[in-house]
Amino acid sequence: MHFTINGRGFDADVDIRTSILDLCREHLGLTGAKKGCDHGQCGACTMLINGRRVNSCLTLAVMHQDDEIVTIEGLGQVDDLHPLQQAFVRHDGYQCGYCTPGQICSAAGMLDEITRGWPSHVSDDLAKPSLDDDEIAERMSGNLCRCAAYPNIVDAIREVGSAAPAGRTADAKDAAMAEEIVA
Amino acid sequence: MKSFAYERAETPEAAVRDIDGATARFIAGGTNLLDLMKLQVETPTKLVDISRLDLASIDRRDDGGLTIGALVPNSDLAADPQVIAGYEVLSRALLAGASGQLRNKASTGGNLLQRTRCYYFYDTASRCNKRSPGSGCDAIGGVNRILAVLGTSPHCIATHPSDMAVAMRALDATILTLKPDGDRRRISIHALYRLPGDTPHIETVLEPGELITHVELPKPVAGRQVYRKVRDRASYAFALVSVAAIVAVEEGRIASASLAFGGLGPMPWRNAAVEAALVGQAPSADAFAAAADALVADARGYGANDFKIPLARRTLIATLRDLTGA
Amino acid sequence: MFGFGTTNSLTMDKPHPESLLDSAVQGSIGRPFDRIDGPSKVSGTATYAAEYPVDNLAYGFLVGARIGAGTLISIDADAVRSMPGVIDVVTDLDRFIRVAGQGGETQPPTQGVRDIAFMGEIVAIVVAESYEAARDAALRLPVTYEAGEGAYAFAAARAKSYVPPDGVTPAHFNQGDVDAAMAEAPVTIDATYVTPSQNSAAMEPHASIAVWEDDGSLTLYGAYQMPSTDASQLAKCLGLSAKKVRIVSRYIGGGFGSKLGIAPESVAAAIAAKQIGRPVKAVMARQQVFEATVRRSNTEQRVRLAATRDGKLTAIGQESLVSNQPGEDFFEPVGIGTHMIYSGENRLITHDQVPLNLVLSGSMRAPGEAVGMIGLECAMDELAERLGMDPIVLRKTNDASVDPEKGVPFSSRSLSRALDEGARRFGWARRAGPGEARDGEWLIGMGVASAVRGNMLMESSAKVELRPDGTATISSSMTDIGTGSYTILAQIASEILGLPVDRITVALGDTNDPPAAGSGGSWGAGSAGSAVYLACEMLRGKLAKAMRVEDSALTLKDGMAIGNNRSSPIGEIVGDGLEAIGHIKPGKQEKATTQASFGAHFAEVGVNRVTGEVRVRRMLGVFAAGRVLNAKTARSQCLGGMTFGIGAALTEELLHDPRNGKLVNRDLAEYHVPVNADVPQLEVHFLSERDVHANPIHAKGIGELGISGAAAAIANAIYNACKVRVRSFPVTLDKLLPGLPDL
Repeated sequence: MHFTINGRGFDADVDIRTSILDLCREHLGLTGAKKGCDHGQCGACTMLINGRRVNSCLTLAVMHQDDEIVTIEGLGQVDDLHPLQQAFVRHDGYQCGYCTPGQICSAAGMLDEITRGWPSHVSDDLAKPSLDDDEIAERMSGNLCRCAAYPNIVDAIREVGSAAPAGRTADAKDAAMAEEIVA
Repeated sequence: MKSFAYERAETPEAAVRDIDGATARFIAGGTNLLDLMKLQVETPTKLVDISRLDLASIDRRDDGGLTIGALVPNSDLAADPQVIAGYEVLSRALLAGASGQLRNKASTGGNLLQRTRCYYFYDTASRCNKRSPGSGCDAIGGVNRILAVLGTSPHCIATHPSDMAVAMRALDATILTLKPDGDRRRISIHALYRLPGDTPHIETVLEPGELITHVELPKPVAGRQVYRKVRDRASYAFALVSVAAIVAVEEGRIASASLAFGGLGPMPWRNAAVEAALVGQAPSADAFAAAADALVADARGYGANDFKIPLARRTLIATLRDLTGA
Repeated sequence: MFGFGTTNSLTMDKPHPESLLDSAVQGSIGRPFDRIDGPSKVSGTATYAAEYPVDNLAYGFLVGARIGAGTLISIDADAVRSMPGVIDVVTDLDRFIRVAGQGGETQPPTQGVRDIAFMGEIVAIVVAESYEAARDAALRLPVTYEAGEGAYAFAAARAKSYVPPDGVTPAHFNQGDVDAAMAEAPVTIDATYVTPSQNSAAMEPHASIAVWEDDGSLTLYGAYQMPSTDASQLAKCLGLSAKKVRIVSRYIGGGFGSKLGIAPESVAAAIAAKQIGRPVKAVMARQQVFEATVRRSNTEQRVRLAATRDGKLTAIGQESLVSNQPGEDFFEPVGIGTHMIYSGENRLITHDQVPLNLVLSGSMRAPGEAVGMIGLECAMDELAERLGMDPIVLRKTNDASVDPEKGVPFSSRSLSRALDEGARRFGWARRAGPGEARDGEWLIGMGVASAVRGNMLMESSAKVELRPDGTATISSSMTDIGTGSYTILAQIASEILGLPVDRITVALGDTNDPPAAGSGGSWGAGSAGSAVYLACEMLRGKLAKAMRVEDSALTLKDGMAIGNNRSSPIGEIVGDGLEAIGHIKPGKQEKATTQASFGAHFAEVGVNRVTGEVRVRRMLGVFAAGRVLNAKTARSQCLGGMTFGIGAALTEELLHDPRNGKLVNRDLAEYHVPVNADVPQLEVHFLSERDVHANPIHAKGIGELGISGAAAAIANAIYNACKVRVRSFPVTLDKLLPGLPDL
């Protein structure tokens, strides 16, 4: 089978039952996407396929040979982080880090969905969704974080989405925390 | 997951030709099928990949209705301006279900055919008449807080998990199919699902190898629309009770009402008596109570799910209040 | 290995009033530094247990028993051995572990899987060339059993309860006469609270890669919180000397207690790898994590409070029933916080164990306080109402000045301050009476609860090396399970050695490095942090000597050593490099003082008056836990604890079929951990505090404080919102519905 992942071509001879997640983790050395539940119930495996966020554990590799697959490794690298990756670091939008690649891929897909005007369960006006806390929290609810960095994840995404309220940017939060420690 | 033969179909006609035998399955989004295959609850010997078929458009018909391709992802359907404008209850129901990632994958046709979330269905070591006909039902007398109170049988108390299908029932959708012999048929959503009776493993009237190609919605009807879902978490949880409602009030009277319910029965639930209790009445607490009484008249709890009966009553009454302003 | 020239060892036999973290001038400590491991985590390059590249790897998939109790008769390996890709079916009915290890134990957990003690017990592992083949064969493996009698229903088995051996808290404790005090007191509460079994549900499933080296030793890449003791557990299970087992746990995808001891996949992978002569990777399926690792026990707590009319407690009783497998000693220490949180002369705190054939009970985040503070703090709310007193005033009235049982002072205690500061910040004065505040369909209420978590110091060591290039390396078998260990250890070294944080490398989670207690019980920062402190203190002494000044006359800052009217780059005075090992041990301070961190939770909830759905609208935690080492990671720890409290209050419950013990909601769709939309912008505030009795860095544990009392604050807010008191957790809507007003 042939795959296009992060703009690179890969050939792999894998079992017909292989999910995209297992293809990446077990065959291609792309272990950034995580397996948390293997049943679409946690979101840790989220990748972008043709620009859309999906649970890579719940889709067969064989069905996606013609698609553009982007994993966390394709969003940015340690020395060249994507703005969302930077924001998660600055806002401490993680703790153990296991759900994090999925959160970030999901956030990237989610911001694009908002740009396209897609509504959510909490949109008052389905035709005009906004980028507030409730919208982000609802749209990111397919990504569990047991360490529960949720408030920081919301802040990180808002800052990248250019809608951070005053006092909720990473710099402002850092300043407030530093002040509290000194006091 | 047991191994399987895999074929990618290029046309609907080829797809139904490829599906040979009762142990083959179509796969589109795969979000439910692969979930179950991993646990060997589903063990198809062959998968026919229909995800590339040209069935992913939403088209307005001359009669003012919409024809939705069976492969339209849930996300796209929910965000479609025509759906938002004319069928808000459908958009709302879709957005109340699953997660953004799952909605991006899950298809319209597949969503209609979702399998139950009954705990015992999901574990091959448990007895389940739906999974393994004739083995018994561990849910009756077991842990059943999430299970059905309407339409159950001594053989099965599973619920249908879909939100979308509940809205489609309120919208009087029609399912278009293609059969292996090339025949096409139209099935009212009201006739699609079967009660469990003593064959809970047979959930719909679809024949083996019959492919859902489209869903038709009639032209938008008058009235306000709402989908209210009650669940244990704020998001990403199946309904305990849900109500899809379209209610029109004219000159102080309820002119029309279309009400369907999730979380209560083995299929998206609709009961003409509920609507009959409302139509022609002035919106009032009494009329709402009569409708709620009609809904739960035949309800039966199994212990831990008894609460769904008062919950359904209350949710319906509050929904009617919201829609009518009474 | 301790006591040599390069080791600086300290036993906490007396207070340590001076800390270099106060006198040093680098300015690193406490600051909200971004995690030093952050870039690797967000880019997906941090390596978790199942992600180490290993040649010639085979995949293992575990097989769990599908009966609730009985005896394993046979495994028909031949039925699956010929399936494509299957290498072998491996079992060892004597050495496979029946249950997971408990935290800190150096002895192995119960071994032997001939007897089936619970549904899900791991009895075999199928090894194959691919994950897909292993999974398929494992699910199809025919196993026959002889069904036995099991106890699955708590209500039915309670008659068989017994007094377990003492654990971290006494099983039974009695002081004075609670019955008599209850009879005499003008105001009393006697209520029973029930909490369910819970699962830690760390996002990373338990995973091991077992690699046998040529010298007969085992390297296990595992997801383990305490690698040093886990290596000992694993070695004994396999009949090896502890030196022959190396565990590597660089990154751990959450633990919350579930990875304190070894889990069944480690032993299975090791035995399978030996048998087939290849490395084996075994990752538990999520369903197996639920079924076969560890649960927090369910509890039933009878709480009795007796008070004078002005709210002075005269008696506190908390008598708990908890459960575990027959023969397992661990009991959920429900009353551990009750011993020290409030004064009151007559006290009865007991734990009785109900034997149940369910997955092992063990530690989950704040074992004891997480559930015990639910019963106690809800009862305090009920008492306040009965007294007509503000619940904050009631708590302050009973704030203890010395340990109410041992009579010793607290090492530091800021409970009343936390309550007052929280009340001010939260707007407690605006709280309405029960059922009085409303926002449309939502009934609004506020609740409060105290937080307490015992502080522990665990023997730990760490090595710090200073190099001629002016960089430093810290190494220890300490772990970072998401707590921020990597970062705070770098900050401690940075502060004392006067090196910028980015010049410090931290290597954790390898038992080849100096042993530490790992992560658990919130002891990690205080214990490993003190070890790093002591190593740096010794290095500082060596640098002073190199600069020919007294220790006190040396200033280290920004990579420079300054003293005796000269300054030098630190790298230039270390010769070929300097190293030191720091070693900390608990001592007499443990008994001379009672050590705990304290705090207060404030919650505002909405209860939907139609459906009974509950949403947390606001939440504030005010905490005092000694020195805060990193304001950012400490805050995140508290956010996590508070969110566990939201789950405990509203959604989390393991449901076992009472007929056979089957855990029915064994996945993340039906075991409801909070999702993003369940959690509002939580607020965390730290009170400044130093604890000179705890350790030389003056910090106490914080990872579990945030959960202690959190669920009670929410339940109390629910009562305040809708005037319905639910004493059975989680407070799901079905329990509220009967008490809500008619529509």
